[in-house]
Amino acid sequence: MMTSSLADLSRALAERRLSSVELTQAVLERIARINPTLNAFVTIDAEHALADARAADARRAGGEAGPLNGIPIAHKDVLMTAGLRTTCGSRMLENFVAPYDAHVVAGLKRAGTVLIGKTNMDEFAMGSSNETSYFGTVKNPWNVACVPGGSSGGSAAAVAARLVPGATGTDTGGSIRQPAAFSGITGLKPTYGICSRYGLIAFASSLDQAGAFGQTAEDCALLLNAMAGHDPRDSTSLDRPAEDYTRLLRARGSPHDGAQPLAQLRIGLPNEYFGAGSDPDVAAALDTALAEFRRLGAKIVNVALPNVNLSVPVYYVIAPAEASSNLSRFDGVRYGHRAAKYDDLADMYKKSRAEGFGAEVKRRILVGTYVLSHGYYDAYYLKAQQVRRLIADDFRRAYEKCDVIMGPTAPSTAFRFGAMTGDPVQMYLNDIFTTAANLTGAPAMSIPCGFDRSGLPIGLQIQGDYFAEAQILDVAHRYQQATDWHQRSPALNV
Amino acid sequence: MKWETVIGLETHAQLSTASKIFSGASTAFGAAPNTQASPVDLALPGVLPVLNKGAVERAIRFGLAVGATINRRSVFARKNYFYPDLPKGYQISQFEIPVVQGGAMTITTAQGEKTVRLTRAHLEEDAGKSLHEDYHGMTGIDLNRAGTPLLEIVSEPDMRSSEEAVTYAKALHALVRWIGICDGNMQEGSFRCDANVSVRPAGSDTLGTRCEIKNLNSFRFMQQAIEFEVRRQIELIEDGRSVVQETRLYDPDRNETRSMRSKEDAQDYRYFPDPDLPPLVIDEAWIERVRAEMPELPAMRRLRFMATSRVDLIEIVKSRSNVDQEGVDDELFDESVPVLQASALKATYGLPQSDATTLVSSRAMADYYEGVVATGRVDPKLAANWILGELSAAMNRAEIEIERAPISPVQLTALLSRIDDGTISGKIAKEVFDAMWAGDGDADTIIANRGLKQISDEGAIDKIVDEVLAANPAIVAEFRAGREKAFNSLVGQAMKATKGKANPAQVNAILKKKLGA
Repeated sequence: MMTSSLADLSRALAERRLSSVELTQAVLERIARINPTLNAFVTIDAEHALADARAADARRAGGEAGPLNGIPIAHKDVLMTAGLRTTCGSRMLENFVAPYDAHVVAGLKRAGTVLIGKTNMDEFAMGSSNETSYFGTVKNPWNVACVPGGSSGGSAAAVAARLVPGATGTDTGGSIRQPAAFSGITGLKPTYGICSRYGLIAFASSLDQAGAFGQTAEDCALLLNAMAGHDPRDSTSLDRPAEDYTRLLRARGSPHDGAQPLAQLRIGLPNEYFGAGSDPDVAAALDTALAEFRRLGAKIVNVALPNVNLSVPVYYVIAPAEASSNLSRFDGVRYGHRAAKYDDLADMYKKSRAEGFGAEVKRRILVGTYVLSHGYYDAYYLKAQQVRRLIADDFRRAYEKCDVIMGPTAPSTAFRFGAMTGDPVQMYLNDIFTTAANLTGAPAMSIPCGFDRSGLPIGLQIQGDYFAEAQILDVAHRYQQATDWHQRSPALNV
Repeated sequence: MKWETVIGLETHAQLSTASKIFSGASTAFGAAPNTQASPVDLALPGVLPVLNKGAVERAIRFGLAVGATINRRSVFARKNYFYPDLPKGYQISQFEIPVVQGGAMTITTAQGEKTVRLTRAHLEEDAGKSLHEDYHGMTGIDLNRAGTPLLEIVSEPDMRSSEEAVTYAKALHALVRWIGICDGNMQEGSFRCDANVSVRPAGSDTLGTRCEIKNLNSFRFMQQAIEFEVRRQIELIEDGRSVVQETRLYDPDRNETRSMRSKEDAQDYRYFPDPDLPPLVIDEAWIERVRAEMPELPAMRRLRFMATSRVDLIEIVKSRSNVDQEGVDDELFDESVPVLQASALKATYGLPQSDATTLVSSRAMADYYEGVVATGRVDPKLAANWILGELSAAMNRAEIEIERAPISPVQLTALLSRIDDGTISGKIAKEVFDAMWAGDGDADTIIANRGLKQISDEGAIDKIVDEVLAANPAIVAEFRAGREKAFNSLVGQAMKATKGKANPAQVNAILKKKLGA
């Protein structure tokens, strides 16, 4: 049961093969056994989870149960959950209890999910390894000496270790996709504006997006259905007709219908993604995956994204700039950590923020303040925004020649703890393939496509044009019907 | 050395929306602390701003009223600084591209008319309040005000004296109230002015170093503060020292300005476009809707009160439009424009300029005036005299605004028409007015109860005149001797005998006849 995908569990609940209470109890028991090793969770609320489960079973008995009814999930601790501690992985919010639900949290609640708890993350979503959390590192279930990826490391580890069948994450520069790749699961970041940011504690406002983790594309599609939708409380939330993101997954016949299910698909491979620098095992796994896509009928075309290599420097100007402003509200005045002793207002600000924030957060606030400051704004922030437009134009031109763009999600597999913490810039280069989709706002996902020689998972990134979530989910789904990488789970020795 | 004063004003007008500019919390004044601050105003984690269209509408209205350009696309920007009454650690404002650009105000001082150009006006949110007095060693933070919509109106440094600055401030104050975008309540902080003051040798065209005097919340303090600051700067320069660019506060108790922060501490606000808000796009249809609903503006209304006919109004307006004013939207003076057409359909009253100017000092007073004369039952000049005279005096004594006057336009019309139709004299009418003000009823009731009807019956007056002549032979003799004043004395006697009720014109006529004068 615990290795079943979210979609399979949904069917099992619908067919009354098990109850939500039984499922939730199994989940909680497994978490109690395994989480102490992985540290994927910051907060577990067993009492309310079981109450949610009982309510879900009652709804099902009463005949009102959608596909997510009774499914246990976890929320990344960057999302506000009413009545439940929300820490953002930071000492600054160590004891902060959220007074309201984020829009995506409310959507999943309305869909009947069971809230198990809040997952660990890099502090304020700033990181690629979940090594900056105030609540300790998260271990990669495939190898506890390795990072799970970040910043949504806790959600990724929880799903990878089959602690929960699905979890939410947020993705600002790759924080869903890269941990999905490192942890061997599926993760989706939708088009910017599809999921409301109300209740998503802001890191970089023009880049943040909530998304989903699951074992399969179908899992992610089911979660996205409950998360997406217009929210008048978010001025950047798009007002579009509602979509069923699973619609293409059911559209055609069985996976073994013989025909080439992806015969109409043109896959773009950017020259810039396949140069030197990627791990050879990653390159090999990509080749194998592309061969599989050809077998499924897809055509491969080369595309050029001449400015995409500027994604990381552009991202590391814009994201810290917005973050430096977004994090100003954490000043010890109204909520959050306030220093115990201070002499005056300035002292209170300095001590509260010095104590409340970790080193990476401080680093990014300093960088962000610098690039916005008088005399530097034009050369850094303004210039970065202009180059951002050039990168978006590259993708627009590429999508004239192809339907989706593929490549590795990350240049390597999960690295060992401490391997990159000495050099922040080297850590930032983890995001080299993922940041473009945040800068342009286009949807992207990562799916497992193999393992390296040491048994660590490798992720394939599928990017689509704006609003192509259903399409990229379908492409991933067809691949997952023909392969079984996504069904592998780690042999946790606990 | 002759010095010239250069003044520019920055005014923050709180817009009269029911809820805040970026949240749904109420903007009502006077609530218990922190009871009108939503999660958005408190800057809780994860909250986001949503623009209040009513605030934009009021900005458009202002832009149209001052003949400014309404930018079809403007951008909200974050102004970053730390202060406890600024919950987000930044204020959402507008920086490079404001919603309103340009425009001008015409002011009238003792020296005549002058145009004060406006640089821009932009939307932003107000901060909360820091309360120092009630808390020993601490500061109380009340966030009720945080997020209230403000329109920051910036003038060019066109003013050359404290009188001009105060006149401009008063005209701006009257305008924002007139067009219904701000209640102008300076005690409650709805209308706050900062003055940028510098001096330079007369005849120079480079600007001197300026100082900003912040938060002048009364016109009197504004005048005093500017005058002190000008003297201070001149003294400094004449002493061989120089003016340091800084922000200063005015202390009314000591009548002096004091430094608040110096240039060394000047803040870098690190403005950047707010990524949580899309650019504000205003289309033609919206602007036209606002334009169509604009009340007739004071300038036009004043001209209409002065004009003697529709044709005369159009002529006056056209002649004024020949004065070329930079930054002023000439559409105001184009007779093909609906604004003038609409005005030209209304009544004209042929009033003298001074009457017209005072009557349009507030929209309420102008509305009151037309409430009286629109009925057509009262002579326009008589109505103006009474509103600017008796009514204004009574308002001043009671220290109330015309909106709270206990005599309505309808009631005043009734009184004035009794003068027009001869029922009572002007003098008696004053007595009736006082009684009406005190709440004794309407004009006719008071006239009846007190028997104040003018005596106009010829026979009765004839009899009274005979009695007066008989009773005052000495005065009659003086008159016959050539003293004209004796005549008035006899009239006075007749009025006294009738307790003022005799129709003075008839008394005059009959007396003249009887005296053979």
